[in-house]
Amino acid sequence: MTLADPDVSVEDVVVHETAATTAKNKLTSPWASLIAVVIAVLWTTPTAGLLISSFRPESDVKGNGWWNVFLHPHFTTDNYHAVLKGTDVDLATYFVNTIVITIPSVIIPICLAVLAAYAFSWIDFPGRNFLFVSVFALQIVPIQVTMIPLLKLYVDPHIGGAHFISLTGADAPGGGFYTIWLSHTIFALPLAIYLLHNFMSQIPGELIESARVDGAGHVQIFSRIMLPLMAPAIAAFGIFQFLWVWNDLLVALVFGGGSLDVSPLTVRLAELSGTRGNDWHLLSAGAFVSLIVPLIVFLSLQRYFVRGLLAGSVKG
Amino acid sequence: MSSGEKFLQMLICIALFFGVVAVILLLTSKLRSRNGERIQFLAFVLPAIALIAIGLLYPAINTIWQSFRTNTATGGTQFDGLHNYHTVFTNSQELKVLRNTALWVALVPTVSTFVGLVYAVLVDRARMEKFAKGLIFLPMALSLVGASLIWKFVYNYRSNENDQIGLANQILKTFGFHTYDFLLTSPWNNFFLIIIMIWVQAGFAMTILSASIKAIPEDIIEAATLDGVSGLKMFRYITVPSIRPSLIVVLTTISITTLKAFDIVRTATGGNFDTSVLAYEFYVQSFRSNNAGLGAAIAVLIFVLVMPIVVYNVRQMRKLEAR
Repeated sequence: MTLADPDVSVEDVVVHETAATTAKNKLTSPWASLIAVVIAVLWTTPTAGLLISSFRPESDVKGNGWWNVFLHPHFTTDNYHAVLKGTDVDLATYFVNTIVITIPSVIIPICLAVLAAYAFSWIDFPGRNFLFVSVFALQIVPIQVTMIPLLKLYVDPHIGGAHFISLTGADAPGGGFYTIWLSHTIFALPLAIYLLHNFMSQIPGELIESARVDGAGHVQIFSRIMLPLMAPAIAAFGIFQFLWVWNDLLVALVFGGGSLDVSPLTVRLAELSGTRGNDWHLLSAGAFVSLIVPLIVFLSLQRYFVRGLLAGSVKG
Repeated sequence: MSSGEKFLQMLICIALFFGVVAVILLLTSKLRSRNGERIQFLAFVLPAIALIAIGLLYPAINTIWQSFRTNTATGGTQFDGLHNYHTVFTNSQELKVLRNTALWVALVPTVSTFVGLVYAVLVDRARMEKFAKGLIFLPMALSLVGASLIWKFVYNYRSNENDQIGLANQILKTFGFHTYDFLLTSPWNNFFLIIIMIWVQAGFAMTILSASIKAIPEDIIEAATLDGVSGLKMFRYITVPSIRPSLIVVLTTISITTLKAFDIVRTATGGNFDTSVLAYEFYVQSFRSNNAGLGAAIAVLIFVLVMPIVVYNVRQMRKLEAR
């Protein structure tokens, strides 16, 4: 199995078989089917329970279990109004924050990594392999190890004696988003470079050579030949990075500095779970507001996601 | 800031970034000579290398150094040898953290891989296979905060005489047991947090293993069938040995994820009631208790624990790739 191979997808594996072999190969006892159904029910019921609760009136959610809905169906969208528009919860603001955090945090590392991966694959340079292996090796650094020194750098960026504008605090450029954008970019780079390099070095060298003979420079080759060929690999990493950033709690918590102006949905939800722990009509709706976008992305782009998943599993 | 301003800042950031990239590409597009190539290489690579050096390499070295230092009364730090590491391995609270982490790393990878494997075998080539797999895989797309909320609701506790809103306690009550506070009662609450992580990770195991089960050559299965092997025996003697490399990758990968995950503990219990794990303890010591030295030592410990697994994992993956 090649990690970022465009042709082989986990979901695409075509199974050729006859009805006879199917019958032979399956564990055909009714027990087997029963176990599968039990697992499927165990895995879906918790989510279904919360989803149903998010559409029940507050008094019902707090009064009795969600399974009572099958006897007394009462549905409302009040909870969603309350979490999105209500001034005390105001998830709409955090939803915007999550989007504002996620888009640059996906685009920037991909662009930087594509550039670097191209150079590592196709431009000669003394010590190129050493540099590439160093980048690859830095994948193993857990993000926890980097957090405090990196945070100090953001508060007081300096090289030697020269100090630069602080990226945190009330007057920070970009309202304080730069710390989060930069952190996600940094943490994504080693993996992104590694994956895209793997993919790029599989492209036949003759393609590059003939383009060079025709007088194309690296920039032309990069933009005209490489980028279109790289689309599936970029998509696989992009979706992985998207879900990673959208669902992240730790980076936002540490580098957002607890400022509500730049906190994403996950931070707000985690906080609500502490302060409004019994308001399940709000928590359930809030949870689904944060889940809906990754769910849509996941369901529509599952093929790419599965491919990026294994490759990305050692990240941060 | 209003939403409009935020989007504006985002667009400025993206525009700035693309401006820089465009300048790099334009300036280097005319270079053809050997020296020109070297400049091109640096122009392509340096932005990424600089970010990695400043944001990963320097902080990692700094943290390792900090882990040997403690706070002084005057607000600075001083060298203190292995004191922080000594604390991690002797302090009774930290020992509980280590015990919990060991429980997580022992149970999450094994149980979720087992469930994933069993499910993958059971639904393999069944009707509606894709749909059945999607059900188990779905939790992977959710945030761990969302997953914790989903399960906190399942574990919701009310005393016995009240109507229950948590599914788990309703089931206990239906079968005549007393309701139970799943998240409060130590040490068993650890197991109920671990279940959340298993619930999330089983889908990952199932997907990867299902793919490698489908890759088992048909003739091996046919030969075994001719020899009269079927059912559990087929699973034990043909399926499992055939997918061993994938099994190892799945186990190691989930171990790494588990060692680093802190969201579940933070959202479900806030680390109270003896449920803290290393990744969460790092956060508390570093950012809550103002104990940067101890936090650094815990981060380094996570690093040391993760490193051999990652190295092993990458080597196994390369083997898989090579096949």
